[in-house]
Amino acid sequence: MMSMSDVITNILVCGTGGQGVMTAAEILSQAAIAKGMDCKKSEVAGMAQRGGVVTSHVRFGKKVWSPVITPGTADILLAFEVAEGSRWADMLRPGGVAMVNTNRLVPPVVSAGLFKYPDDPVAQMRAAGVTVYDFDAGAIARELGDLRLINTVMLGAIADYLPFPASDLEEQIVGRFRERKPAMVEVNQKAFAAGRDAANGAKLAVSA
Amino acid sequence: MSAAVQAKPHSRLLLSGNDAIARGVWEAGAKVAAAYPGTPSTEILESVSLYPDLYAEWSVNEKVALEVAIGGSMSGARSFCAMKHVGLNVASDAFMTVTVAGVVGGLVIAVADDVGMSSSQNEQDSRFWGRFAHVPVLEPADSQEAYEMAKYAFELSEAYNTPVILRLTTRVCHVKAVVQVGERNPHDITGFKSDARRWVMTPANAKGRLPEQIAREGKLQALAEASPLNFIDQGTDKRIGFVTSGPAFMHVRESFPDAPVLKLGFTYPVPVALVEKLAAEVEHLVIVEETEPLMEQELKAAGLYKIHGKDLLPRLGELTPNILIPAIKTFLGEPVPPPTTYPKFDPFPRPPTMCAACPHMGVYYSLARMRKKVQISGDIGCYTLGAGHPWNALDTTISMGASMGIALGMDKARSEETKDKSVVAVIGDSTFLHMGMQGMLDIVYNRGNVTTLILDNRTTGMTGGQNHAGTGKGLKGDDAPRVDFVKLVEALGVPPERIKKIDPYQLPVVFKTISQEIAIPGPSVIITDRPCVLSEFYTKIKPYRVIDEDCTGCGNCINVGCPAITVKRAESKVRPDGKVNELKFTTIDTAMCTGCHMCVESCGPKAIVLAQPVAVAE
Repeated sequence: MMSMSDVITNILVCGTGGQGVMTAAEILSQAAIAKGMDCKKSEVAGMAQRGGVVTSHVRFGKKVWSPVITPGTADILLAFEVAEGSRWADMLRPGGVAMVNTNRLVPPVVSAGLFKYPDDPVAQMRAAGVTVYDFDAGAIARELGDLRLINTVMLGAIADYLPFPASDLEEQIVGRFRERKPAMVEVNQKAFAAGRDAANGAKLAVSA
Repeated sequence: MSAAVQAKPHSRLLLSGNDAIARGVWEAGAKVAAAYPGTPSTEILESVSLYPDLYAEWSVNEKVALEVAIGGSMSGARSFCAMKHVGLNVASDAFMTVTVAGVVGGLVIAVADDVGMSSSQNEQDSRFWGRFAHVPVLEPADSQEAYEMAKYAFELSEAYNTPVILRLTTRVCHVKAVVQVGERNPHDITGFKSDARRWVMTPANAKGRLPEQIAREGKLQALAEASPLNFIDQGTDKRIGFVTSGPAFMHVRESFPDAPVLKLGFTYPVPVALVEKLAAEVEHLVIVEETEPLMEQELKAAGLYKIHGKDLLPRLGELTPNILIPAIKTFLGEPVPPPTTYPKFDPFPRPPTMCAACPHMGVYYSLARMRKKVQISGDIGCYTLGAGHPWNALDTTISMGASMGIALGMDKARSEETKDKSVVAVIGDSTFLHMGMQGMLDIVYNRGNVTTLILDNRTTGMTGGQNHAGTGKGLKGDDAPRVDFVKLVEALGVPPERIKKIDPYQLPVVFKTISQEIAIPGPSVIITDRPCVLSEFYTKIKPYRVIDEDCTGCGNCINVGCPAITVKRAESKVRPDGKVNELKFTTIDTAMCTGCHMCVESCGPKAIVLAQPVAVAE
């Protein structure tokens, strides 16, 4: 576990409009602030429309200047969609990790035959030397009975790779539900744990 | 958003620049606030409206918003308006004269430039308005500064009897950062006092005020030199000193932690003496400004010939560390850091799409079917997406409300080749009320042959669904008078028999109505009346599915453009005459489908049916 040094943590969250990218980035930021860190969160969404490419840059540490993560400097790429993960692979620093939901969202330009969806974006990334921890967050969420849990699964996945304990991030998520929808607390705890297991399982598979 | 409203004084919050400004406006004691939505400024007024004890409105356009704020200021209320960069073009007529008249209550205009162009038609630099209108410009670099400068701007405005521009960029508006907030300082309204020489800007009166305006600029120059918003952040590496403002400061500090930096928050008038002070301490001086070389030119004009700026740095887009570092290192003759370790895969484009069941799709599906016969003049809103796949049914987009004027110009400028084409204008409800009515009137008055499609989806869609004079709701969601589009265009002079109100989900009706109207010479208007699927007025119907065995792969439903319909299987089929048919067998994502049934109307073999399991004997 890192102490609060001058090191800045850079997390690039990516996906498509409507997937919950902004919410995940917000929760990560709130967790960092609760630890007394400085934090900046930048949102990039082309036009206020659904279905387009969405990224959010989250930077936290002792003092954050630029709100932007530049190519080659992200510690973690948290990808809500697999081809979007490959789109932003160049943002990772050497040795950075891509946490990828293997879910495929096919846009209309692809289904109409104008473009091709890559056969295996994870394999492409690995062939280029990227460390990828991949898992099907959609399947995990579905098994727990609610597709909206993908967000919590993704945050669980990243939880063991942050400069603060996983329980701090979990509290940010659970705290939100405790006030508004207490019935959702337990299932979110399960989703968070399942996300942690999924990422750590994927890590083991990669190192094996 | 509500977190900031409820925040106790001195608490520490994660706020976007827009939310931070709203808090600053409220704490400053503002009593009147107005805006028209526009990315990236929209959330400022949404956020302002949540605070108690001030009046806030969505105005019909930015000019009216500014005029409302001017009226508030004249009456002694601290007044505020917000807009995106192109909004100030619309408001500029009022702006260029209120700067002569001055203020009573502090008057602050927040204008947000879309540097990097995430959702705009140009990348203009609003700092020019400072010089043009002789008013001070404040440029925050992050949320904390946005909050503080919003408060200070009201004091500055009153102390120097001038409107103040708070210049923002997307990277301030849409970045969340830590802000420590304060408390509200009540500021009583003094009430309007007649003073014709002050407020009636006839030539004689305005002429009398001009010397005051020039004198004010001189005083502001002195103030900028001494302002705590402008300071030198010392550094040990004296090879290069930087002069910078706004978010570019953050990028400079990130990139060159040891360099001396003159950080400017009060950027017009440019504090030349401060720049000269830094110039004397360093070997080279580089001006880092997004986007135009405004300060650079002012400084060169003031005699600082040796400074650098746009000779080293790009004139377009953001000046992020990955742009700054290679440019400066190259200038210093240092090795440039290697490019990134991993490649950037570019799997396929993922352009924004219209939503499932978006009522605009029915109109564009029909326009695409008659594409060769029509020239389509478009406007600004979600329906600009009609220019994209699969419709490709939009020919122009220039500015808010431009569709009708441009259509009329096209109508009056026909070549041998285009003389038989019909001219169609497409505009949304909010845009029509913003700046479209005048174009409509011009078509009528000048006997244009244009069919105008008003796509009334009962919201300002592209900016996220704000109310306007045609929704029947106010900024806070309260009931408000609702404009009647049919009566409105009739009053503008469109013959009643040439005004058609239709349901855009009824594809055959849409196609037939447009076909009929474009065939008759003269102005006509077709109004569609289905609400935006993201608005409170929309109700879901039952979802549909495709019966696989009945789908012939014709692909007609794909041409509707609904994101819930995807190709499941593609097949090439050779016809008896040797031609190849590309067949596309489709499927509908029933979780996304809301049952608009436009695809059902497009399906010849009737392969699309309600998804609801119907009890059928096996």
